[in-house]
Amino acid sequence: MLIDMKVNGTSQSHDVEARTLLVHYLRESVGLTGTNVGCDTTSCGACTILLNGESVKSCTVLAAQAAGDEITTIEGLASEDGQMNRVQQAFQECHGLQCGFCTPGMVMAISSLLTENPAPSEADVRIGLEGNLCRCTGYHNIVEAALAASRVPEMQK
Amino acid sequence: MIPASFEYVRAGSVDEAIALLAEHGDDAKLLAGGHSLLPLMKLRLAQPAMLVDIGPLRELNYVNDEKDYVAVGALTRHHDIATNPVALANVPVLAHVAGQIGDPQVRHRGTIGGSISHGDPASDLPAVLLALGATFVVQGPSGRREIDAADFFVSFFEVALSPDELLVEIRVPKPSDGQWGFEKLTKRAQDWAIVGAVAVRTVDGVGVGLINMGPIPLRASAVEAAVASGSNAADAAAFAAEGTEPAADFNGSVAYRQHVARVLVRRALEKAGV
Amino acid sequence: MSILGNRVLRREDPKFLTVGGTYVADLDLPGSVHLMFVRSSMAHAKIVSLDTSRAKAMPGVIGVYTNDDLGMANFPTIMGMTNAAMTPPTLASGTVRFVGEPIIAIVAESRASAADAAEWVIVEYEPLTVVIDPVEARKDNVLLFPDAGTNTAFALDFGADDSLFNDCEVVVELSLANQRVAPCPLEGRSAAAHMTEDGRLQFSSATQAPHGVRDALVTFLGLEPEKVHVVTPDVGGGFGAKASVYQEDIVVGWCAQQLGRPVRWTETRSESMLGLGHGRAQVQHVRIGGTREGLVQAYRLEILQDSGAYPGFGTVLPFMTRIMTSGPYKIPKAECASVSVVTNSTPTTAYRGAGRPEATAAIERIMDLFAREIGMDPAEVRRRNLIGKDEFPYTTPVETVYDVGDYHRALDLALEVAGYEDLRAEQARRRAAGDVRQLGIGVSCYVEITNGLPDGEFGAVEVRPDGKVVVRTGTSPHGQGHVTAWSMLVAEQLGVPLEDIEVIYGDTDLVPRGAGTMGSRSLQIGGAAVNQAAVDVVEKAKDLAADLFEADRGDVVLDKSSGSFHVVGTPAVSHSWADLAKAAVAKDGNPLFAEVDLASPGPTFPFGTHISVVEVDTETGKVTLLRHIAVDDAGRIVNPLLAEGQVHGGIAQGVAQALLEEVVYDLDGNPLTSTFADYSIISAAELPSYETRFTETPTPINALGAKGIGESGTIGSTPAVHNAVCDAVAHLGVRHVDMPTTPIRVWNAINEAASGNASGKG
Repeated sequence: MLIDMKVNGTSQSHDVEARTLLVHYLRESVGLTGTNVGCDTTSCGACTILLNGESVKSCTVLAAQAAGDEITTIEGLASEDGQMNRVQQAFQECHGLQCGFCTPGMVMAISSLLTENPAPSEADVRIGLEGNLCRCTGYHNIVEAALAASRVPEMQK
Repeated sequence: MIPASFEYVRAGSVDEAIALLAEHGDDAKLLAGGHSLLPLMKLRLAQPAMLVDIGPLRELNYVNDEKDYVAVGALTRHHDIATNPVALANVPVLAHVAGQIGDPQVRHRGTIGGSISHGDPASDLPAVLLALGATFVVQGPSGRREIDAADFFVSFFEVALSPDELLVEIRVPKPSDGQWGFEKLTKRAQDWAIVGAVAVRTVDGVGVGLINMGPIPLRASAVEAAVASGSNAADAAAFAAEGTEPAADFNGSVAYRQHVARVLVRRALEKAGV
Repeated sequence: MSILGNRVLRREDPKFLTVGGTYVADLDLPGSVHLMFVRSSMAHAKIVSLDTSRAKAMPGVIGVYTNDDLGMANFPTIMGMTNAAMTPPTLASGTVRFVGEPIIAIVAESRASAADAAEWVIVEYEPLTVVIDPVEARKDNVLLFPDAGTNTAFALDFGADDSLFNDCEVVVELSLANQRVAPCPLEGRSAAAHMTEDGRLQFSSATQAPHGVRDALVTFLGLEPEKVHVVTPDVGGGFGAKASVYQEDIVVGWCAQQLGRPVRWTETRSESMLGLGHGRAQVQHVRIGGTREGLVQAYRLEILQDSGAYPGFGTVLPFMTRIMTSGPYKIPKAECASVSVVTNSTPTTAYRGAGRPEATAAIERIMDLFAREIGMDPAEVRRRNLIGKDEFPYTTPVETVYDVGDYHRALDLALEVAGYEDLRAEQARRRAAGDVRQLGIGVSCYVEITNGLPDGEFGAVEVRPDGKVVVRTGTSPHGQGHVTAWSMLVAEQLGVPLEDIEVIYGDTDLVPRGAGTMGSRSLQIGGAAVNQAAVDVVEKAKDLAADLFEADRGDVVLDKSSGSFHVVGTPAVSHSWADLAKAAVAKDGNPLFAEVDLASPGPTFPFGTHISVVEVDTETGKVTLLRHIAVDDAGRIVNPLLAEGQVHGGIAQGVAQALLEEVVYDLDGNPLTSTFADYSIISAAELPSYETRFTETPTPINALGAKGIGESGTIGSTPAVHNAVCDAVAHLGVRHVDMPTTPIRVWNAINEAASGNASGKG
């Protein structure tokens, strides 16, 4: 079936099987491989993207369900001239990534968190990341990055 | 990871969804937020021939103040209930529990209707709705009917819905005052409850619901009766395990779960002002 | 100004943060086919029949293969040390020995069609008796390999001295479990292969050791080494479990040879939980003896190692455990013996710490019980027994020679950061008040061995005619930040800016040899090799400069701040690195470069003290980690940002083992924790921010003065958390709670102690 949606501001239209998960549509049909698959039980959050501005696990959404929606992936965050936004910048400054596999999902989850809670406490961030697993960093620097990003005024993203 | 093939249809209205269910019977399953069904399909534990997508139906997405009760559309997402001013003002326990389900991403997709129709005794919402004495409005080819929450959960993963029926609204009586308690024991924040308890002050006294203490969500009736006859939280909570049949697994033996139920019910009652 | 020791941000990051890494599953391989394995659903069974006819007929299926089709020899023993009658076939043959063992390979046009076809493979099993418990397996009643006549795959026995504890005033013993855990890198196993036009096998692998993968492909597929090209793109974590080659990798290569099309394989998480090697899995018995004043005189550790169904690296890890038997303590007499047995479960492998966490966990737990027995504070008992800073190099009773350390300093600093006295006071207050939520404080002093295998490492530095520098390393980073760290080392020697340095790794064509990244070896041997190559390049450059300047060699100066050479006294006349690189080529056609195969100077021994503070809800048994203090010493720290990151990650995994994670099988060998939903991999919500410090006691073993840090966080943290939980409920009569200290385990312990007390058994 033909499924249309907007991805990072660009219209996409691809003919895929109905059973195609959104994460596979993004990775294979649209060709954006930044979003990763880390599990098969909706547990790890590596596949997290923004669907109409809200964080969603793209492995647990059919591409068909997202027809007509607006998707933002990690590839859609930096500005046109490659300037990283405040969350991406904070991740670099705080050493918030090691192997990088969970990172796109983490960045998208934190972006959504900060939209809904612009001034989170450390506890808010930790609970807010309960759906995003990382094995390399021990989370310490990821949490620091989220808090650092929240302190940067949004217009400077 | 990859589900078996199926036919996908997007329903344009509730009536259309019902017509599709009536036509295809057991071959068709409703798809709302997909966060109960799709995980099963990805592991091929469920292989429906057709999915009827009702997710986009705006008409079932609402939280309305109906004076004596709050009406929640079945397709209202957990996140929207958790942040909704009507819910927060009138049934804060429901908003709180909706805000604890799974994780933020799950809450952006999962719906109250989808969650309770799944019939999982380890889910948080059914116990809360039982405790609140909610009623469910169900729609089928022959029109609407109301079912008490107490009659909705039939057995393990089985609810009182015919294959051609759709849960459309959850009616939550407003509790008598603002006091409630919700206690959940998990190993990790995102886990299903090992055991959970909710206590809400109602016009009849107190409603107490139990999570994961049997094949269906349960009301702790003996506890409610004890409170009604004047027991304090500790004394009433002693009855928490009565009538329960918790499973034994590596997270808890039967004895452990029953003990934890007593502890969590006592704490929930205390928070509810008993 | 030295760049070393600075918190230099990672050069690797921008790509990961803007477009994401390129992992094997992300590679663009037009025309590729997809490989999927059908795995055993039985823990122990004879394969009576395999019906693949229906699967073969499914749409999009290209081939369905069994072990007979492969025609390969079994995998070898582990380093020649394990029972030769127990080697695994590439695909299961005749008998399946664990749930998840690959039986059949299906190749199809798409992943979806491979998954659909997999449903139609019909395997008829004849069940055999299952043995899951290593204690049961040891009895040899049910044999996994009848030809072996035993389930013992490997054993270490250096003799036992029956009089070991004779002179001890106090003797305490304990049986404890170091439970089976799953490494869970966020990226599972993945590989892709195709034959190139010139007949080479091009193989991409999510591995920690590309040259090891190449060697295995050469052996199993009968290819000449130069016909195999292995590349690691970005790798999403490994933790030791991706340091060895798996049967599935060989099948990917074989299919590529057979089919003449690119073949790719990416396992699902459920497969990974069954097929990626598990960690730890030791049953331990410890005995400690000493004086009433707290001096430890004797210690014995007996290990029963669960190998899983086939001997893997885990089978021989007790060798590493034994090396660290006596920990950081001056124990005059210590022994360690082990037996490794096969069981019907996933084979065990190296997992962060690989044998050393087990050593530390055992001795740190019994030290607490010894302290309790003599009524002494657990930190004080440790203080009295730690090896003194002036006693190095120190030879332990098992003949391990520790290089250098200041263990007391780490202990003191940890106690200070923790505010130990205040914690004990708060604990006392809660105990007196009978609070539901009790406080537990756990101390763990550790020392561990890094770079413990004898491999050297390759490093090369070349300066190009444009002045840019190319570094080649035999290490294989998968999150450790070697590009940044090796750039820093080279920048330090050459005075070239970081952005002008390229670091090449993970490509067997571009890097001729390498042992990869594991065992916390990379900086001290890989970085050291790169460092040496950089030093050598500077020397060569000075030779060239002397020629160009027509000056004495001894008068040539490298000004690192400008990256240029001049003659002492005349700085205005200088030559750049680019000039010298051109001069090198002009001289004899060779670029300006140096290659080093650095022989290993031996292992080093990082150490430290971790202190953990937990709160236990005594009504439910639930444990909350409130604080975790870590003082670690890995010698000279090249980049504190990267080193801290390693400690953080290690701590999380160590805490997870203490509190949450456990691979569980039922008695029929069915795994009960084979997805991320039921295996309790730890999240940010269960952890606090850590309080970390480094002390730096440089090692004399290598030129950098550096030890490894990658596994220290895990080794030091698990016992601290475990001890804290046991400490929290010790006053209720609990002696020990096995890991993971889940709510039910803690509550059972409290309950049993309480009923024991009630009946007067105390």
